Amino acid sequence: MATRVFGKPIRRNEDLRLVRGMGSYLDDVETADPVHVAFLRSPHAHARISSVDVSVARALPGVVGVYLHGDLGEHDIELPLMIPHPCMPYPRTQRLLAKGEVHYVGQTIAMVVAESRYVAEDAVELIDVDYDLLPAVVDLERALEAGAPTTHSDSPGNVGAHLVQVVGDPDEAFARADVVFTERIEIERSAGQSMETRGVLASYDPRTRELSVWDTTQAPLTIKGSLGSLFGIPYNKVRVKQPDMGGGFGTKVMFYPDEILVPWASIQLGRPVKYVEDRIEHFLGSTHERKQVHELELAATKDGEVLALRDRFLHDTGAYIPYGIAIAQVAATQLPGPYRVPSFRVEFTAVYTNTVPVTPYRGCGRPQACLVIERAMDRLADEIGVDRAEIRRRNYICPEEFPYRRGDILFADGLPVTLDSGSYEAQLDTLLDAIGWHGFREEQAAARAEGRRIGIGLANYVEGTGLGPYEGAHVQVEPTTGKVWVATGLVSIGQGLETSLAQIAAEELGVDTEDVLVVTGDTQAMPWGVATFASRAAVVSGNAVAVAAGEVRRKALRFAANMLEAAEDDLVLEGGRVFVKGAPDRFVTLKQVAIASNPLRYAFDADARAATQFAPARRSDGPQLPEGEEPGLESVGYYSPPHATWASGAHAAVVEVDEETGELRYLRYAAVHDCGTMINPMIVEGQVMGGVAQGIGGAFYERMAYDQDGQLRNASFMDFLIPYATEVPPMRLEHLETPSPLNPKGIKGAGEAGCIPVPALTAAAIDDALADLGVRVRSMPLDPCSLKALIDEARAARA
Amino acid sequence: MKPPPFDYHRPESLEEALRLRAELGPDASVLAGGQSLVPMLNMRLARPAALIDLNRVPGLAGIRVEGGAVRVGAMTRHRALERSDEAHAACPLLREALGLVAHAIVRNRGTIGGSIAHADPAAELPSVLTVLGGHVVATSVRGQRTVAASDLFEFHFTTSLEPDELVTEVVFPLPPSGAGTAFLEISRRHGDYALAGVACVVANGSTRLCFTGVGPTPVLVESDDPEAAAAATQPADDIHGTARYRRALVRVLARRATALARERAGGGAA
Amino acid sequence: MSGTPVRVTVNGRLHERVVAEPRLLLSDFLRHELGLTGTHVGCEHGVCGCCTIRLDGEAVRSCLLFAVQADGAEIVTIEGLARGEELHPIQAAFRECHGLQCGFCTPGFVMAVDAYLEEVRRPDLTDEEVREAISGNLCRCTGYQNIVEAVKLAAKTMYGEA
Repeated sequence: MATRVFGKPIRRNEDLRLVRGMGSYLDDVETADPVHVAFLRSPHAHARISSVDVSVARALPGVVGVYLHGDLGEHDIELPLMIPHPCMPYPRTQRLLAKGEVHYVGQTIAMVVAESRYVAEDAVELIDVDYDLLPAVVDLERALEAGAPTTHSDSPGNVGAHLVQVVGDPDEAFARADVVFTERIEIERSAGQSMETRGVLASYDPRTRELSVWDTTQAPLTIKGSLGSLFGIPYNKVRVKQPDMGGGFGTKVMFYPDEILVPWASIQLGRPVKYVEDRIEHFLGSTHERKQVHELELAATKDGEVLALRDRFLHDTGAYIPYGIAIAQVAATQLPGPYRVPSFRVEFTAVYTNTVPVTPYRGCGRPQACLVIERAMDRLADEIGVDRAEIRRRNYICPEEFPYRRGDILFADGLPVTLDSGSYEAQLDTLLDAIGWHGFREEQAAARAEGRRIGIGLANYVEGTGLGPYEGAHVQVEPTTGKVWVATGLVSIGQGLETSLAQIAAEELGVDTEDVLVVTGDTQAMPWGVATFASRAAVVSGNAVAVAAGEVRRKALRFAANMLEAAEDDLVLEGGRVFVKGAPDRFVTLKQVAIASNPLRYAFDADARAATQFAPARRSDGPQLPEGEEPGLESVGYYSPPHATWASGAHAAVVEVDEETGELRYLRYAAVHDCGTMINPMIVEGQVMGGVAQGIGGAFYERMAYDQDGQLRNASFMDFLIPYATEVPPMRLEHLETPSPLNPKGIKGAGEAGCIPVPALTAAAIDDALADLGVRVRSMPLDPCSLKALIDEARAARA
Repeated sequence: MKPPPFDYHRPESLEEALRLRAELGPDASVLAGGQSLVPMLNMRLARPAALIDLNRVPGLAGIRVEGGAVRVGAMTRHRALERSDEAHAACPLLREALGLVAHAIVRNRGTIGGSIAHADPAAELPSVLTVLGGHVVATSVRGQRTVAASDLFEFHFTTSLEPDELVTEVVFPLPPSGAGTAFLEISRRHGDYALAGVACVVANGSTRLCFTGVGPTPVLVESDDPEAAAAATQPADDIHGTARYRRALVRVLARRATALARERAGGGAA
Repeated sequence: MSGTPVRVTVNGRLHERVVAEPRLLLSDFLRHELGLTGTHVGCEHGVCGCCTIRLDGEAVRSCLLFAVQADGAEIVTIEGLARGEELHPIQAAFRECHGLQCGFCTPGFVMAVDAYLEEVRRPDLTDEEVREAISGNLCRCTGYQNIVEAVKLAAKTMYGEA
């Protein structure tokens, strides 16, 4: 095919509007006469609400309504448990508005609707609530002690879930191991913090009884189904549109109270109702992730071959567990990383705490698991005295061992963990060259001679991506423009899906990428699909687009064969036209085929008139649309993966530590990434680099600073420190492409990968910079103060 | 995150501003650059009954190097002073410190007088003013007076100014000829408030250090002894660092800043 | 309610409005009174830089100004840069270098860079200079490297090859 666009670094279609400020994000959507919402949120981590007085707030001019849980009638409900699992003894989810008790700072108690957000906030301040304070549960280990206070007064304890999984025979392996050690590894809580907060705009039309909702959601079809069933509105009269999205990172896949309350208010009031979180609400009301405490035991031979792992970890699920055990389970299954590890036992306990609920944030358990295994591999290398790169080499799953199944342990898709393909050693070799691993000791010694401490660290990861169950795509050649229209059920969250999917359709249909219009996140355009999460959009939707576009291509050739009175095999589809091989002037345009495929008589434009010069698209002696045929040059296709496909990567960095101040600087960074066949390498690189920056945040800058009372003490961008350009180093990226054997395009997911290894390699690089002091990093993120404390402790231990 | 209601006053002369200041008293806040005040309003951490916006008062902005000092009108933007080659030639410490005040876009709007009157002990300029032995001109309907930096900063966000007074000019004396100066700070990210910072002047064999972020006011230490500096400061614990850590930074900064200032004194330029 | 009249020139066009309450933020005024929704609001406390505009030439945070303060001012927002369908060189460079993903921070970056390049007027920018210049704006998607490339490319386009 002449116009190859698949696999090319093509500039993005969406940029043309976004760089001009012509995107349409949630708060940019205007409707006539909207009212605005603000929430009264709990100032306490755990308290009983003894009384609420909203009378003064209701009387404030400009206030349209003030609602408490009791005002919601039949909708005074708890949010659904999105992913149930039998290992959860008492699964708890949040009520739309608190009833009786609040369980975290930020929980919604009252909803105010007013003529402006300014007035709504004024009214929130006028609501008078009496609280009886209850003890707050914050610390994971204390939460599990006998007699500890409970996060929910009516629950018997703080165990959100408990699960043990075993592969092979770890105890036998430990018994015969030469090297055994234990590491306690902690990682702190963080959050996605997309630049755009969440928001909902709902408009219910009492005449047509249609509910239109604009929602910054990664799962519009979930919202559509839920709202339809909650409010008794016919499925096809609920339209959910996800506008341009200012980042998602997993946080926006959850179901939040406002996503029901705002449409509810619109139905009550018969007016459009808008709610846009402010940044503080995004800290206190949208979900977090990451906090885990692991105790890992590793067993290996004296040559450094890992025989078994035993890991017990606590996972902080916050006040509720709406997403079930997804994060803990992903962490558990990714623990062995790219290594063989024939036996392992992993046991986790998800713990309720009086903090913001926890659901997946980009990485979803993987940065934690990566930190744990990679710290252990570094320790193993140090224990047996081999290079930290070499120890990986000795344990990688080799290319000939794929598919590599890890016993009966189940991944987040409910299917056995089976790594489908990978080139881990080649990946490592590429990385070592890219970062300058081999000459580093000289470089380090030279720096040391100048009084500077530099260190190098690396980390590997694998990532199960592209989960099912399925996605679909509707591909149509428009009869009016001849352009290709693609609709999917899942959404773009800013990662460039409008272009990646366009490239797939363009490749199949022989058109320019710019002539493919991709619509994502409009439930009226494509009513079937799942959602954007787990690095699955390109894999699952991408293959669905290929299926549908392939069918459109076959149709186009079939119709054009009739029109040109030629054999299908003699036709070429290229450059937006179908022509006869060897006779390029005998052609019809795709637009003309699309027109002819629809047996109407109209001739609004030249193409339509021209189309009538050809034979009809179909020959029929009977009806113009013969039985079994459909009008239009279009098709709907679906793709359902057999199971997750496993991407991989290896990253490394050189850092400098100021041992007097605890400051850390990344001097250079290299990443090798293998997400199978790439649709658009430019987009993949962008995803990886953005993930790395987020990972750097998670390694040295960002953490949720809860105090003992469950107050989040840094709920703003002044104190939650997202790295600026000055904190993120230049990055060198290398790609490997080990195609996935699981899908026709060979694609693996790329969205989350970048952030996964950064805490692990940063810890390793810090160790290395301070190796002579005996510093070993066991918790992430660090900051200058805690890094200085590690240095001081190490010095004191040596003295 | 929307500000609470307030009355808005936009005086068009200094006389009008001073009269409003006298009439409205402590319930009114002065709006200069707004880079600290407006975030506090948006978060509803400040709720003044009224704002007196000085941005239309003529004559309050300007930079003059005269009488052995850089004299800066209160409404002069940080960026204007940072860009002033004349001020830089006379007192390089200013540009060095201003480069660390948040980010350029904040400095485009933030004012010198606002930074001083806000009296944030973690901010850079109060330490610069203190280490140079500078003063402000405070004006009210009752007249004008000068207040030395050493008398101005009383506590976190608290100055000795009367509620009817406005800072109208900030006067940074030039260091003695042959002096070397330096401003260093340790911050979490570039542009953040310092975990600890120091302004340093070395002249005629004596050293003056003034620290930011490690006490309720800028902490002046007339010594190059890191231990003396550590003893003089009163750092507190917060989420970004412990008091013990900050005190360690004070020692490091004292040593590094003194060395750098001495080197510059020796080299003439800075 | 009487309100305060505000006359402001935005992207070359004079707008006259009566602002009901002086507390209305300039960012909200631009977005919801004038419909110029390209100026985004990311934090409303002056950290993220999404709301950066040019006010009388200087790049400023529009969330830290009140609409009444802009009375008589000349403002340029992201919508004022392109000429019809033709992208401004900074916008074109952001697209060329993949300096954006979700695009939410992009208008703020572009406006900050617009002011910066106009001040330095050089084609030969170093990475360090550019990182310092854009260090008042947060981006959560790109990791900044491609933004740095975009700024350098725009400088070359606008001020000639180094």
